[in-house]
Amino acid sequence: MRRYIARRLLQAAIATFLVITIVFFVMRLSGDPTLLLVPEGATAEQIAALRHALGFDRPLAVQYLGYLGDLAHFDLGQSLVQRAPVWLIVASRLPYTMALAAGALVFALVTGIPAGIAMAVWRGGVTERLLSALVLAGQSLPTFWSGILFILLFGVSLHWLPTSGADGPASLVMPSVVLGALAMATFARMTRISVLEELGRDYVTAARARGLSMGAAVVRHVLRNAAIPVVTVVALEVGNLLAGAVIVETVFAWPGIGQLAMQSIFARDFLVVQAIVLFVSMVYIALNLATDLAYSAIDPRIRGMA
Amino acid sequence: MTPALAVHDLRLLIGGAAVVDGVGFAVAPGEVMALVGESGCGKSLTAHAIMRLLPDAVRQDRGYVALDGDNLSVLSERQMRLVRGRRMSMIFQEPQAALDPLSTVGAQVAEGTGSPLRQARAAVLAMLDEVGIADPARRIDQYPFELSGGMCQRVMIASALIARPAVLIADEPTTALDVTIQAQILDLLRRLAIERGTAIVLITHDMGVVADIADRVAVMYAGRIAETGDTAAIFARPRHPYTALLLAALPRRTDVPRSRLAVIEGRVPAPSEFPTGCRFAGRCPLADARCRAETPLLREVARGHLSACWHAEAVR
Repeated sequence: MRRYIARRLLQAAIATFLVITIVFFVMRLSGDPTLLLVPEGATAEQIAALRHALGFDRPLAVQYLGYLGDLAHFDLGQSLVQRAPVWLIVASRLPYTMALAAGALVFALVTGIPAGIAMAVWRGGVTERLLSALVLAGQSLPTFWSGILFILLFGVSLHWLPTSGADGPASLVMPSVVLGALAMATFARMTRISVLEELGRDYVTAARARGLSMGAAVVRHVLRNAAIPVVTVVALEVGNLLAGAVIVETVFAWPGIGQLAMQSIFARDFLVVQAIVLFVSMVYIALNLATDLAYSAIDPRIRGMA
Repeated sequence: MTPALAVHDLRLLIGGAAVVDGVGFAVAPGEVMALVGESGCGKSLTAHAIMRLLPDAVRQDRGYVALDGDNLSVLSERQMRLVRGRRMSMIFQEPQAALDPLSTVGAQVAEGTGSPLRQARAAVLAMLDEVGIADPARRIDQYPFELSGGMCQRVMIASALIARPAVLIADEPTTALDVTIQAQILDLLRRLAIERGTAIVLITHDMGVVADIADRVAVMYAGRIAETGDTAAIFARPRHPYTALLLAALPRRTDVPRSRLAVIEGRVPAPSEFPTGCRFAGRCPLADARCRAETPLLREVARGHLSACWHAEAVR
């Protein structure tokens, strides 16, 4: 068990280092960052002066080492557009995205997983057909469109919810549902497949032969066995929620890091973009680590592995 | 005396084909009755039909099962749940697949009592001990993957018998096990049948297993019972050509080394291709025109010995 955790931690550390490195070189590959920053019509001398001031005239290897050193002190640099430390800009937006991602995840879990279980247990009936229509909708409606539809219906026509912005918990509802819809569909489909597969196994018949009802057999045996593939997609979907937040936050004027990413790209504020990319990657790695640890909590066979 | 279990004229359909047709037998308390046949002859479906745990695709349109004289077909699913595990239970071919890999051994055995392990712990320990599991206090909290196949089958037997049911259906309980373990499990079943008076229906394709443990045999072929009677009588003198060929196919110690093993020519017809008349006629050395036209019914050819063959008297 200790070795299992140690190995997963080492893998996470290696992945982190690779991400940091790749982000640095990809950003530099896209051209001279100085050119992104200067106003149109700047003279060659002005560009050279800025390049020197920002250190972009140093050899790449020197820049890379400097970048690693800065990161080691959690120094993400100064935003050239907002004239403020990058970490402060990102940190001020982070709680909003956390709240949105959490809302979307909760919505997706509490609707998607029960829907998947119901589709498997009552397969071939009306329940399954109704739920698969819902899943198909969640999976196929693009968020920029469903978001606007929700705003028109629940905000403009019915006045149930605020149309946009971040004004208390009510304004979190629509963006969470819109952002969580795709994850809901993914959870429902994965849960359905996984539960269906487990329902066909001998241990289910054996449990029923001991006098358990179908429901009791599902709750006591099937769900835990079906959980492993679902846990995997849940972790992957959280990463996708952060990616999806870019569009949803823009549609709903939600001041999170998705909206910040969009604004920073348009403003060519590349250190902020770089910080967001790094942050989202770190979240991905942390989630993968959490998934591996969750497996061992669920499955004694993994716990037993050295 | 009322039999512990009686199956009457059972017919099971998949699509339009009768994969089990007119199957009936009775088992007395403490008796081991073997239901023997090739794979696909309907013996395992018969077992699931007795427990009323048939897969969705299979439909029972005739016949009923009586447990100690009570007709089970009138019970609701809710009432049937009180029968399963308490009055009648089942063990399976692959013990490791029949145990939930993520639940402890003890929790699964306790399910047979209907109480959680916390309350049933003493009973579970005693039952694990009774089925011959060494160090039950340690095993009770282990997971199936930590146990061997033979031990898993002992756990299954413990979970099936802990509530003292009158009937145990054992569906190929030794097929997936090593030969030495096989013998131990058969001994265990035999002993429990005698000590507890449990009626056992043993499903198998192995005539060797039948000879080892069964008091009586029903030989099934293509969804029907071909022959039934006392094990000793059937092994001494089979009255159905299929049984005779099955027995001839058993390797013997007196066989010349490297000689060819006896085989039954041809294969079991698919349910959609069942012929009219005797279903074995296509592979039978004694078949004639009547066999291909008229279905032979089970008839008594000696005391307690029934055969569904027009030529039962001619079988050698």
